Amino acid sequence: MWSLLWANLGRKRSRMILTLASITVAFILFSLVEALQYALVGGVDLAGQDRLMSMHKVSFTQPLPRNYLERVRAVEGVRSAISLNWFGGYYKDERTQVFSYPVLGEEALHDVYPEIVVDPVQMNSWMTERTGALIGRAMADTMGWKVGDVIPIRSAIYFKKDGTNTWDMKIIGIFDNPNGDTNGLYFHFDYFNESILNQDNIGWIGLRLKDKNQAAQIAAKIDSMFANSSAETKTSTEKAFVQSFANQMGNISSIVTVIVVAVFFTMLLVTANSMAQSVRERTSEIGVMKTLGFSSARVTGLVLAESLLITFIGGLLGMLLGTLAVKGVAHAVKQFLPLMSVPSSAYVLGLICMTILGVLSGALPGWQAWQLRITDALRRS
Amino acid sequence: MSTLVRIHELTKNFQRGSELVQVLQRLDLEIPQGDFLALMGPSGSGKSTLLNLIGGLDRPTSGSIEVAGHDISKLNDTALGRWRADNVGFVFQMYNLLPALTAQGNVELPLLLTSLSASERRQRAAAALQLVGLSERAQHKPRELSGGQEQRVGIARAIVSDPTLLLCDEPTGDLDRKSGDEVLDLLQALNDQQGKTIIMVTHDPRAAERARRVLHLEKGQLVRESV
Ligand SMILES: Nc1ncnc2c1ncn2[C@@H]1O[C@H](COP(=O)(O)OP(=O)(O)OP(=O)(O)O)[C@@H](O)[C@H]1O
Ligand SMILES: [Mg+2]
Repeated sequence: MWSLLWANLGRKRSRMILTLASITVAFILFSLVEALQYALVGGVDLAGQDRLMSMHKVSFTQPLPRNYLERVRAVEGVRSAISLNWFGGYYKDERTQVFSYPVLGEEALHDVYPEIVVDPVQMNSWMTERTGALIGRAMADTMGWKVGDVIPIRSAIYFKKDGTNTWDMKIIGIFDNPNGDTNGLYFHFDYFNESILNQDNIGWIGLRLKDKNQAAQIAAKIDSMFANSSAETKTSTEKAFVQSFANQMGNISSIVTVIVVAVFFTMLLVTANSMAQSVRERTSEIGVMKTLGFSSARVTGLVLAESLLITFIGGLLGMLLGTLAVKGVAHAVKQFLPLMSVPSSAYVLGLICMTILGVLSGALPGWQAWQLRITDALRRS
Repeated sequence: MSTLVRIHELTKNFQRGSELVQVLQRLDLEIPQGDFLALMGPSGSGKSTLLNLIGGLDRPTSGSIEVAGHDISKLNDTALGRWRADNVGFVFQMYNLLPALTAQGNVELPLLLTSLSASERRQRAAAALQLVGLSERAQHKPRELSGGQEQRVGIARAIVSDPTLLLCDEPTGDLDRKSGDEVLDLLQALNDQQGKTIIMVTHDPRAAERARRVLHLEKGQLVRESV
């Protein structure tokens, strides 16, 4: 039966190659789009539900007064909180961005972000090292930085009182994050704050709740606490924050869905047409096979198997090439899209699409093959 | 000799639009085991129709067809398919080989429905090809063969599962005289030496001469002709 399948695939070589090529291209595109989507909004799913973020009501680029952190911490139901600033760090060249965050409330960093995994010894020594920094594994690998190195990081946003914008940072530890992004650098707020002009401002507050069921209440409580002040806050789940961030880039998910659906619809037409044509040309052959005793079920099975074989060969090849392409691209865009990779959910979705595509493309010709009466098939030839 | 095919009051009508085409009318026929029967008659007289009915490719409007004691008109589609695979070999005017398969692959095709292993299938097909004198063409595709060779592959495919009954619909209709003669030699040998029962539809009196018996079909009835 296999030999029969293969032989049938090879019979109209140029058509088969064309069909396979278009399926392959579609699945390459599919992999790229899935990887891009994952890179842009993948963080959404990673965000913890028991975490809230408080930021300036207008935009997260607007600063909040430093004392907000203490006041948030004091709110009933808040387990721990830290603040971060957007530093706009870079190394030597502005194009070499180094995502650096001055942290206030360092001792709670691990409690608020438990996914950040760092050797406790390194964590302890970081606490006591004024110019110390923790960097992520991805950053260490890309930049070639090691523990002990002292790196001059410059800020695109802040200037020191002396007019310079360089902070020398001593790398104390390297953190991992099993769920994703390790392309960041954390350093002490005090080291940052002591030398700048406009002191005692924080960017946003990340806080962990004692009970995640209270998220809505606590968010409301925090925001009402700062209502009618010069810096009103907006507190939401981290998920919503990332989402709103992603929404600013356009509704990526729905665009992606539209693209993917359009591509697959086209593929369905191409494959179904190619299958229909190939089965139509074989009418008398199907008649002969039935004459020889091949049952309708078997003949239809062969048609479906052929159509599935085409979509799986094309699809798997496409996902493979797509994955390689994403790997290549990921290296180049590591700075901006650290999560760029084909998520495993995309492979599952891909396999489902291949199956659906194969079955749908083979359905009509398969049905015709089932119905075909021997005498009609032989008379037509 | 025992009777292999017993046809009783066989009637076959086709509905073509509103018109009823009466092809076979209450036809009786007995074919003994080991017969080589040539079926002649004008175009449209129903020769192919009769052959298809005997081979279980179509069902009678009424009447019965018994082959080796089984009334095949009572079998359902699946059982009929299995019955054909076991008992009947078909040879067509246009050879009807699968163009994507080699000669060997075409001959193996009916064996895919058996429980034979791949190597047994290969051996059997090779033996059938040897019988028709095409061993050295086993790996050729149909389009690389002459018409006569294609038809011999067709015969090899028809006999590979060792059926009792061979049904040939104008097997030489598309061949020149020399190739036609080779095919007829082969059929005759299968009849003489292996005792295959053969029913052959033909327009060619020279081909009919090779048969043990010739029957003419006219206006839905058989007209016997002595040989
Ligand atoms: N499936 C069908 N539907 C309608 N009419 C049919 C069908 N099959 C055969 N016929 C008609 O039945 C008659 C006999 O056809 P058949 O093919 O048996 O003739 P034949 O003797 O084999 O002719 P030829 O020598 O041309 O092959 C013809 O009139 C044909 O048009
Ligand atoms: Mg005919």
